[in-house]
Amino acid sequence: MVTENNLFKATVIIKRRPKILDPQGKAVEQGAKLLGFNNVRNTRIGKYIEFFVDTDDKSLAEKEVKEYSEKLLSNPIMEDFEFNLEHLK
Amino acid sequence: MKPKFGVVVFPGSNCDHDAYYAIKKILGFNVEFLWHKNNNLNGCDIIILPGGFSYGDYLRTGSIARFSPIMNSVYNFAENGGVVIGICNGFQILLEIGLLPGVMLQNKSLKFVCKDVYLKIENHENVFTKSITKKVLKIPVAHGDGNFFTDEQILKELELNGQILFRYSSPEGVVTEDANPNGSLMNIAGIINRRKNVMGLMPHPERCCDSLLGNTDGSLIFNSVVENSFN
Repeated sequence: MVTENNLFKATVIIKRRPKILDPQGKAVEQGAKLLGFNNVRNTRIGKYIEFFVDTDDKSLAEKEVKEYSEKLLSNPIMEDFEFNLEHLK
Repeated sequence: MKPKFGVVVFPGSNCDHDAYYAIKKILGFNVEFLWHKNNNLNGCDIIILPGGFSYGDYLRTGSIARFSPIMNSVYNFAENGGVVIGICNGFQILLEIGLLPGVMLQNKSLKFVCKDVYLKIENHENVFTKSITKKVLKIPVAHGDGNFFTDEQILKELELNGQILFRYSSPEGVVTEDANPNGSLMNIAGIINRRKNVMGLMPHPERCCDSLLGNTDGSLIFNSVVENSFN
């Protein structure tokens, strides 16, 4: 729910690091081959997470999203993350 | 002194009662459950983080449980030299909180693996295996995310410091790819921290303590801990 106080919408994408094996992606790609998508390669599965940040201070919102992503949403040993903040008025 | 074990209960733990039963009824030690929302370890001498699916394995295994209030106390307890054993999901929680290095990826096969495996004991110079005369243990695994991974630097350190405790092997103790149930790096099944007071292992020793079940290899680990920590 967007309320007056929810001023930023954050979207975080978590990706497995390139060197980390992704058996799930491999299995899905086998399905792609069965469907005849022969050009498809290197399927990698990650996570998409979205939430609101209740502040009108963009730098504070960025700081919180970054820390949340580092401390909980991703594990730096195996994952990288990127995020986007959309200002909602 | 008769030591007291504490078995932490998270929402989604499901091997907590097995651990409690094995320690109390089979091995005859004191034990109590510790609810994850409490801060107090109630004077327990050995802490067990049991197997299961804490917080439904959401996000990543162990990633949310490591922020449960009791984990602050467990962390400090371990940092002060207290003995902590993480079994399966408990191992995953120890990795997430950073008491042990590395991470658990999904099993290479993408399948949940539930069977007896053989573990070669790589190191006897620690409380967990010091009293064990066997070179190979038979203990069951039951997990979907047991594929241990870490970078080369950490792997080297683990080897150099004797922190690799158990590796998946043949019944004779030969470490082969065939014996690896999950794709784990170097067949690693269990590790200890540098100080050698924190152990994480994917297999379930609490499930093979009762002789009625035909295998008591798991009890060797718990007995070794007690013998070498408290006698």
